Amino acid sequence: METKQQDIRFSRLLKLPMYLWSIAFVFVSLLYVLGLSFLTRGEMVGVTNEITFGNYLRLASPQYLNVLLKSLRLAALTTALCILIGYPFGYLMARLNPMARSIIMLLIIVPFWTNALIRIYGWRILLMGNGPVNSVLMQLGIIKEPLKLLYTDGAVLLGMVYALIPFMILPTFTTVDKLDFSVVEAARDLGASPLYAFFTITVPLTLAGLMAGCVLVFIPSMGLFFLNDLLGGSKSVLAGGLIQQLINSRDLPMAAALSVLLLTVTGAVIAVYRRVGGSDGMSMF
Amino acid sequence: MKKKSFGSLLFLSLVLLIMYLPIIVVVIYSFNDNTARIPIAFTGWSTMWYQKLFSGRSGFGGALVLSLRVALWSVLVSSVVGTLGAIGMAQRTIMDKKHATKMDAAMEMLVTLPIMIPEIILGLAFMVIFNALGIRGNELRLVLAHSTFCIPYVFLNVKSRLAGMDPALFDAARDLGANPARVMRDITLPLCRPAIISGCFLALAMSLDDFVISFFVYGAGEGTLPIKIYSSVKVGVSPMVNALCTITMGVIFLAVALSRYLSSARAQRQKKLARS
Repeated sequence: METKQQDIRFSRLLKLPMYLWSIAFVFVSLLYVLGLSFLTRGEMVGVTNEITFGNYLRLASPQYLNVLLKSLRLAALTTALCILIGYPFGYLMARLNPMARSIIMLLIIVPFWTNALIRIYGWRILLMGNGPVNSVLMQLGIIKEPLKLLYTDGAVLLGMVYALIPFMILPTFTTVDKLDFSVVEAARDLGASPLYAFFTITVPLTLAGLMAGCVLVFIPSMGLFFLNDLLGGSKSVLAGGLIQQLINSRDLPMAAALSVLLLTVTGAVIAVYRRVGGSDGMSMF
Repeated sequence: MKKKSFGSLLFLSLVLLIMYLPIIVVVIYSFNDNTARIPIAFTGWSTMWYQKLFSGRSGFGGALVLSLRVALWSVLVSSVVGTLGAIGMAQRTIMDKKHATKMDAAMEMLVTLPIMIPEIILGLAFMVIFNALGIRGNELRLVLAHSTFCIPYVFLNVKSRLAGMDPALFDAARDLGANPARVMRDITLPLCRPAIISGCFLALAMSLDDFVISFFVYGAGEGTLPIKIYSSVKVGVSPMVNALCTITMGVIFLAVALSRYLSSARAQRQKKLARS
């Protein structure tokens, strides 16, 4: 009993720094944001201590609502495209021989570790009015006038999918890699068509990876404001960019209210994910 | 069978090609000798942007130094805090032979929250709390913020390593008279070393990579490398950034290739050992 007491005391000591750190910098700071969202903006700078629900009511006004809906739609579209491209990619990659697999893994990981800003910046050059994409298309005679590619919604969607697709590929790859393909073969032997076997056996068995991928793509896609800045231009605004603009114009309570809303959406997504049986921690690393 | 694998290779190569298209463009344009204000036309090969980048007046040197300093401090803090936390939490569950207490489960949520929520929320939260607490120094602000989102990476890595271990190892050491500190020093930490190291590398990469949170936490000045890159490409095209990006990607490519080579060499050595 003595040793057990000693063990518990020791484990508490080990946990203490992490607990204190998380409480101070995660719990308290998010709580502070929550509190801030109920305050009123000061005349010139800062906030006054007047408590109000006005910020949340303003979120329901068309001006904010449109931005929110647009952000959610883009996040959903990004996730859908990442599934369409990333899932087959992860699946096919897991079925290759070990040599080809490790080469592709290397090729995927390098962009993944490269700053998203750098990769998005490359697209900026590519999509410019007189950039490479337009000049190639014009030389091939497909178009006569340069197309407006940069600063469009399509460019933002492309950038989102591009920046986030590794988060779909990697978890899919991991789960397909672990899948015991003898069960798929059994289904085939029993007369299932390849497609039927894929959708009734492979997909349900790799659903954990697919769902982890969805969460890892959907959540960040709501906050990547720089992507919209670089590819969508100043006119197009998404939730992340709106928070940034509100901070710049010193309307901190409103920025806080919008953040709380975004956090609620995030929480709902994670709750749904847990509900349908996703593992916690999203251990893709 | 042959036809199917051809189709799949085609798909994989096509996606990879698109994935590398912007990277290739950045690399090619870094050697462009066009000096126009928006140098889009490719006029010839030159290394002048590399020379300019290293001339010392580009401002990127200071940004790089700040990024590295912040990253190293954050890795140091997060590796110690995250590793101890993971061991502490695991020890409790190993000893009690049951699932984590409610408190531990809630804390685990809280610890991993920074990498689950959109970065911009954390950026805003850090900004307001640092301002409220009167923490003014840019470097301190960055280290505190980066450590907070680096801790989960170390923590999750070490935790999953510990989960795969045989509790009997620790029980045996305890039964033979080692105190908890000794068990940790002689058994737990050495066994966790690979996970701690990979967690540190992940934390290092995430810290060097971070733009959104740093952008909000950072006050006035040149900023970290990503902030500096953002401000130079936001309005136009900066050939110096092309050169910088090319170097960065070269370094990452070598580092990733080397680490994969080393780990596969280690795996092969272990296989050989197991066979003999």
